[in-house]
Amino acid sequence: MAQLSKPMVKRPFSLRQQDARVAWLLLVPSLIVLLGVTFWPILYTFILSFQNAPSGINQVRTFVGLGNYLEMLKDTGFWETIGRTMYFTVASVSVELILGLAVAQLIHSRPWGWKFLRFSLIIPWAVPTIVNGSMWRWIYSADFGALNGVLMQLGLIKHYIPWLTFPNLAMPLVIVADVWHMMPFVALILQAALAGLPAELDEAASVDGANAWQRFWKIRFPLLRPAILVALIARTVDAFRVFDIVYILTNGGPASKTMTITYLTYLNSFSYGKQGIGAALSFLISFFTIAMAIIYIRVLYRPEEN
Amino acid sequence: MRPINKFLIGLLTLAMIISVVGCGAKTSGPVTIHILTQDQAGMKPAEIDQIARDFEALNPDIKVVMEYVGYDAIHDKITTGMAANPPAYDASMIDVIWPDEFIKAGYLLDVTSRVTSDMKTGIFPSAWNGVTRNGKIYGMPWLMDTKYFMYNKDILQQAGFSAPPKTWEELVTQATKIKQMGLVEFPIVWSWAQLEAVVCDFTVLLYGDGGTFLDANGKPSFNNAAGVQVLTWMKQTIDAGLTNPTSITADENAVRDNFIAGNSAFAVNWLFQYSDSNNPAISKIVGKAAFAPMPVFAAGASAGVVSSSVDGSSSFGIMATTPNPDQTWKFLEYLTSNAIQTKFSAEMLPIWQADFQGDALTQLLAATPTNPITVPAFLGQFPYANERPTVSYYNEGSAALRLAIQQALTGIKTPQQALDEAAATWVTLAGK
Repeated sequence: MAQLSKPMVKRPFSLRQQDARVAWLLLVPSLIVLLGVTFWPILYTFILSFQNAPSGINQVRTFVGLGNYLEMLKDTGFWETIGRTMYFTVASVSVELILGLAVAQLIHSRPWGWKFLRFSLIIPWAVPTIVNGSMWRWIYSADFGALNGVLMQLGLIKHYIPWLTFPNLAMPLVIVADVWHMMPFVALILQAALAGLPAELDEAASVDGANAWQRFWKIRFPLLRPAILVALIARTVDAFRVFDIVYILTNGGPASKTMTITYLTYLNSFSYGKQGIGAALSFLISFFTIAMAIIYIRVLYRPEEN
Repeated sequence: MRPINKFLIGLLTLAMIISVVGCGAKTSGPVTIHILTQDQAGMKPAEIDQIARDFEALNPDIKVVMEYVGYDAIHDKITTGMAANPPAYDASMIDVIWPDEFIKAGYLLDVTSRVTSDMKTGIFPSAWNGVTRNGKIYGMPWLMDTKYFMYNKDILQQAGFSAPPKTWEELVTQATKIKQMGLVEFPIVWSWAQLEAVVCDFTVLLYGDGGTFLDANGKPSFNNAAGVQVLTWMKQTIDAGLTNPTSITADENAVRDNFIAGNSAFAVNWLFQYSDSNNPAISKIVGKAAFAPMPVFAAGASAGVVSSSVDGSSSFGIMATTPNPDQTWKFLEYLTSNAIQTKFSAEMLPIWQADFQGDALTQLLAATPTNPITVPAFLGQFPYANERPTVSYYNEGSAALRLAIQQALTGIKTPQQALDEAAATWVTLAGK
């Protein structure tokens, strides 16, 4: 306020404006970097998706309009891959959500050793996906795998089973590996949300005669909806773009039965040198993930309940 | 403007100027070259690292950084590495099936003028064929490899066989008896994962049945009678419990692991499997592995096919946009030199013809304990190594064939249906 009492001096900018200018100047390098590493690659990929763009130095690129998109949308292999990816996404996210909720509730009820349980949850999640994929490849190994070893010890199988060679079993096995890795993420989000709920509501319901299931389903679950929405969107987007665990575990086989849409994009972009098709596939992946996120928000987001 | 703001802007400007100037400044010291290669067939990483350190001692102005990855990752690492300028790698191992694609993409440096007459005449002509297109040379030959038929002497002896099979039909007979005697559960192991490895094994069998990959007009012929018979035979050996079903997910390393664990009597693999089978640190069959000429089908033998394998040679290509072509070539000259290749010949045999004659041969045989076995095996098998197609769309065409083979092996499609679809994809790719 002392500044106001000073004699008026003709200045081109107020102090606030001057500070804003300095702030913008200081932000310019970061903004340039951000534009360079986020906006420009997206724009470049978008342009690429309308071109016939073979890999290579000084390769001639030709504008094909929506040709790359139409080529993919007309390809039955593309829709098979989308179907397979949806199967992976729905199955893995559903199991992760159900198990995650159960584990979160278990921790919330604070049984003996709950702190150790909460701590140990972090371990599978902290393991890099590549390491997780390698670990499960060894577990499923037909010749040396732990799964066969355990089942043999228990007398449940007489011969070692080559698990990943069965076309209809390979994807469920990939899903198991993914659930082991990512379920803790969902559990931790939901456990944190449960811990933030007011205990009075639960106690009041208990006094009113609600049993444990009713207290969970009628009180805690509706209040958990925003946290479930966050977990669902984060996991769905992630699961739909699954690549590394498939690459390590199965290479998309057997007979492409674990080939997901991101793997197909990778193959087109880098193995087959079809950068235009790869770029179009990238935007189709974005379209599908955004569509799923919108559906979740429409169905689950109810701000009036919060 | 307040002094503090002026100071901050001044500091920022100074930092930007320093960073911009710093980017363009040349650092003193040795030139660093980055070389990409595989950790599978060929020399072991520890051996190449040793060669690189020896080279650096001789050339203090050059520092060599080696990067080793699995074979199936190399192609895509090259294409992504070439998106940068300068490229991520100065040179890379180039498989025999990639030069056409990479030359078309402009990735490989023409090294014709750097190749000396000693190199041209000294190295096997077939090794040069792999890197020469339209009279220009695009790489330095590095590894001459082919798939070998290896068997476990002990298991065959226990089964009462005095000699390994000469035909694939004979192999089925021997494998059946071995299985019936309970010597191993699955006598044969292959690399039939949905990778390039399955195309290599299919090529071995296809030519052994008198078939061909492409016809004289360059059209796919792998879906003809011989191809269908071969794929049907492959599936039958799985159904009969002779081929280990895990072969459907196995690459060459997995085949090696299975064979050296003593779990199989027969295996088809690259040369590296032999030295690993005699490594007591990892093998349970030390001294029990042996080579035999790759069998053929009875139909192929009747048509005059003596043996059949696949060419798995590779070279080192210098990336076209590298800022260090001279230093990189100097290293490749050293790495592929006659003396180095003889010294480190336990995992791969030299590309130099002279090493297989006269005194040099004696020297080569004495260079490692396994050479007296591997050198005759190489000389006997390599002449029957068949080429896979040299076309720029090979990778995508091969992917279609890999899928077809797996669809047939897993019973999703009949061999004829699956191969016809793969052939149709080849025709489409050729027409683009």
